[in-house]
Amino acid sequence: MSLQAMTYIVVGFTFALYIGIAIWARAGSTKDFYVAGGGVNPVANGMATAADWMSAASFISMAGLIAFMGYGGSVFLMGWTGGYVLLAMLLAPYLRKFGKFTVPEFIGDRYYSKAARIVAVVCLIVASVTYVIGQMKGIGVAFSRFLEVDYDIGLSIGMGIVFIYAVMGGMKGITYTQIAQYCVLILAYTIPAIFISLSLTGNPIPQLGLGSTMAGTDVFLLDRLDQVLRDLGFLEYTTNVRLSLTNMFMYTMSLMIGTAGLPHVIIRFFTVPKVKDARSSAGWALVFIAILYTTAPSVAAMARLNLIETIEPTPGEYMVYDERPDWIRNWEATGLLAFEDKNNDGRIVYSADAETNEMTKVDRDIMVLANPEIAGLPNWVIALVAAGGLAAALSTAAGLLLAISSAISHDLLKGVFKPEITEKQELLASRIAMAGAILLAGYLGFNPPDFAAGTVALAFGLAASSIFPALMMGIFYKRMNKEGAIAGMIAGLGVTLFYVFQHKGIMFIASTAFLGDLSPNWFLGIEPNAFGAVGAIVNFAVAFVVAKLTAAPPKEIMDLVEHIRVPAGAGAASAH
Amino acid sequence: MSKNSSYWSANLKLVGLCMAIWFVVSYLFGIILVEPLNNVSIGGYKLGFWFAQQGSIYVFVALIFFYANRMGKLDREHDVHEDDD
Repeated sequence: MSLQAMTYIVVGFTFALYIGIAIWARAGSTKDFYVAGGGVNPVANGMATAADWMSAASFISMAGLIAFMGYGGSVFLMGWTGGYVLLAMLLAPYLRKFGKFTVPEFIGDRYYSKAARIVAVVCLIVASVTYVIGQMKGIGVAFSRFLEVDYDIGLSIGMGIVFIYAVMGGMKGITYTQIAQYCVLILAYTIPAIFISLSLTGNPIPQLGLGSTMAGTDVFLLDRLDQVLRDLGFLEYTTNVRLSLTNMFMYTMSLMIGTAGLPHVIIRFFTVPKVKDARSSAGWALVFIAILYTTAPSVAAMARLNLIETIEPTPGEYMVYDERPDWIRNWEATGLLAFEDKNNDGRIVYSADAETNEMTKVDRDIMVLANPEIAGLPNWVIALVAAGGLAAALSTAAGLLLAISSAISHDLLKGVFKPEITEKQELLASRIAMAGAILLAGYLGFNPPDFAAGTVALAFGLAASSIFPALMMGIFYKRMNKEGAIAGMIAGLGVTLFYVFQHKGIMFIASTAFLGDLSPNWFLGIEPNAFGAVGAIVNFAVAFVVAKLTAAPPKEIMDLVEHIRVPAGAGAASAH
Repeated sequence: MSKNSSYWSANLKLVGLCMAIWFVVSYLFGIILVEPLNNVSIGGYKLGFWFAQQGSIYVFVALIFFYANRMGKLDREHDVHEDDD
């Protein structure tokens, strides 16, 4: 069977499964729509959180970026897992005890202020919409490849599917669907990795294969990769630092804090039955995430090696362009992979030297999807990877859109501006908000600010600088008052947005960047994607100073903080 | 509130310990000390590289379960646990 037919069948089957589950578990009330009635088992919740969490950035984009960044790509691996430690210890159990639906609701109540709630909604929307842009990039890449169309057309089709998908279900539908999506995406990620690890090293476990010798030799795979890259003029894979160790430190910090500040992940911990479960649920989520995250470095290194060996099968002997394999032809059709035969010898040279390099464009986001084709794996594996990538992108996009829409309908409309609206009107408003968010993110996705994982990293920086500090101080610093929290959120988000926009363009439109996106212009050599950690420090500092200068919060707020610090007496998540 | 305040300080102590381990395996071993650690190899992995791309993640997982388990005990010791149903 042809690859395209196989892809349609596998992707079609998985979609039918998700939609079937969504219909079966359709949201009945607003409470079901947001938090699935507070009754999801911690292991199941962990699995759904993992699917929610691992997006197009993790599945499609991350290993491709690591493949080209080597050691520098570690920022994604540590950053996107270490945040769960913060989440489990600093936020999840307390927010569960507090027992409300949304993050702005906690901020509004803890800081006894509608203004704080509105600021939190703004922060949430800025971070989440940026995140959805990253998903749209991944969805666009996946659809353009398997429909064999241009990236822009792939993206437009993807927007339509996300729209139908997200608007149909609420949290409950999403929770069960996401468990199915986790299963699809983890199989799709690990099966090709096992095949490739086995063929390169003879060890079927990718985590061990990466540290093994090449099959039939006594050269370690990583040593071989370092050697090949040195010969082509690139930096060594295992020691290639991303800009500087300072930058890597801040980048990792920004991703970790951002993880613990992203509303669509935090919201997950409102859905477990008990405080105790919120702690272990974060652990289970990380177990399921770690399966992919410890496989990714193997996928990355092996894909880079396979790519180089496709272009240069034996040293000094380059691939003849007219005899290129089908996968190259297919990816060329999407415009995401391009060659230019500069010396007209009919062969393709791959080199670190821009003058002679003839592989002129390799969009990092194609590597994971192309990987099984590069390794010559059977068609059903390639089809499965396409389905997995779409599962990852859709599950996260749906979770984010839910967080955005609940912020608008529940926090802004119901909570602040129009408390008298009915449940039905609230649901309608949230669906309209979802549609608006998809259109905006899709529009910005036509010219994304970075590769999918880079765009998502920006979103994490925005969440890190605004939401996390307000939540953490709300629990651990009783004296924090509304003035401090509001000033901190505005300062943190403001500084980070300003830094990102000056280098990446206002609203990410590159032509409006007033300082170039180049390292000499960077503050302390910190790239915009990593700036969220600085924003978070600004947030903490401003909040602390302002709180010292203004009146302490009222007694009942101090009591509320005491109350959420102990597990006893937690009820199910409630509306008011 | 003294029962709760001794619970809270025991909690903070535990969180402090866990955060220290969290920092050491990722920021210290994976980034700050990566170069010296890379002189040591385990299999085909340089040690610093291994911490950055594998080891830190395994420790994070273990750390959360360790924390959840210890907190469960603290909840009972200080009698602030949730009702069993």
